[in-house]
Amino acid sequence: MPQLKPGEISMGTTIMAVQFDGGVVLGADSRTSSGTYVSNRVSDKLTKVHDRIYCCRSGSAADTQAVADVVRYHLALYTAQHGEEPTVKVAASLFQQICYDNKDNLMAGIIVAGWDKVDGASVYEIPLGGSIHKLPFTLAGSGSTFIYGYCDKLFRPAMTKDECIEFVKNSVSLAISRDGSSGGVIRVAAITEDGVERQIVHGNNLPQQFLG
Amino acid sequence: MTSIGTGYDLSVSTYSPDGRVFQVEYAQKAVDNSGTAIGLRVKDGVVLAVEKIKHSRLLVPHSNRRIMTAGKHIGIASAGWMSDTRHLVKRVREESRSYTDVYKTKVPAHIIAERLAMYVQAYTLYSSVRPFGVSTLLACMDAKGPQLYMIEPSGYYVGYRGCAVGKGKQVAKTEIEKLDLDNMTVREAVKEAARIIYSAHDDTKDKLFELELSWVCKESNDLHVHVPQDVYDDAVQHAERSLDDDDDDNEMDDDEDL
Repeated sequence: MPQLKPGEISMGTTIMAVQFDGGVVLGADSRTSSGTYVSNRVSDKLTKVHDRIYCCRSGSAADTQAVADVVRYHLALYTAQHGEEPTVKVAASLFQQICYDNKDNLMAGIIVAGWDKVDGASVYEIPLGGSIHKLPFTLAGSGSTFIYGYCDKLFRPAMTKDECIEFVKNSVSLAISRDGSSGGVIRVAAITEDGVERQIVHGNNLPQQFLG
Repeated sequence: MTSIGTGYDLSVSTYSPDGRVFQVEYAQKAVDNSGTAIGLRVKDGVVLAVEKIKHSRLLVPHSNRRIMTAGKHIGIASAGWMSDTRHLVKRVREESRSYTDVYKTKVPAHIIAERLAMYVQAYTLYSSVRPFGVSTLLACMDAKGPQLYMIEPSGYYVGYRGCAVGKGKQVAKTEIEKLDLDNMTVREAVKEAARIIYSAHDDTKDKLFELELSWVCKESNDLHVHVPQDVYDDAVQHAERSLDDDDDDNEMDDDEDL
């Protein structure tokens, strides 16, 4: 099992993605830590790999950035060669191939989500070993463990875009309040046929909840 | 049409003063001397037909297929060196497999045609290898529908609605141009393809031949397969009957002269 090397930057993280009819909503916290030191309190873990395909990164910051860069290159090449946009399935398959073939050397937990005109909205999770799972919604990162119960109870398959955004903001905020490796702001991205809409929720605007 | 490029035709890496690469043109001649192969792209599928010239009555029927399948949805018929064809088909199968491994989906027609063409073209660059003496007809069913490509020994490739290669290509092309391909179904196309092969076949040159017919269409579940026996028999009957009709027409003309 790969470990973070001493001094290596981790993304403690809470990340999640939710599918709705017509698009997906991705959410993440913004804390990047190296041990107890928070090296970036406003990092952007929602990374664009193509016009309507984003990924959420957790694990080693270096590993996930490198893998995302390779996939971004391949998706640009795909568009040039095929004359059409790649599907989310293709993007997720590329991530999966890299993560599986290099599983001994990588520590990357990735969520791939987006919209394409063949399959519509899709969410794929690629955990540490390099397996791939297509799901209606998924969570990852150290903070996700604290909110599985909350998310399982509240998720409904037929939510609207705004309901999904509320759901994501509430869940990530709960995770942040319990997980020391997650914190900062909540970044949200909503992807539909019309494009990508990005939102940010600052610390003073986090949803109301019991804070002890 | 026949020209000898004295001195400039010894190696594929040599141009002639008028900008030709003779070795590639000679490879094309190998194609022109082989049995006819035709492809018809119609509204719901693609049909491939080959005039398989048999050099001996002892050959086991249906052995030594000239139409081969790659990646399940791709059909390959060719004219020229059969041994070269088998090598190219192996390559297409590998390319199709590697595409599916990476992208987890069936390779689209224009991608596999380009990959094959680039491979063939690579063999026209070096004096240490010879160009492939094969013209390949690639039939494929993908998300955009049925498609037909022809890849020549030079690596040049283009999409066609109907095309012919080999000995009888002139006769075949003339017949194909008369067809309304865009409005035909595969069932009709199979019969026409058989008829065209029979009419392009020159009985005086090679007596024995076997017709090979394949299709990729809705009826075959978008898989490339040799046509079912009943469709084959039907097509052969139609072809033989239309040949007899042509003979009958000729006889009538003789009577009128009297």
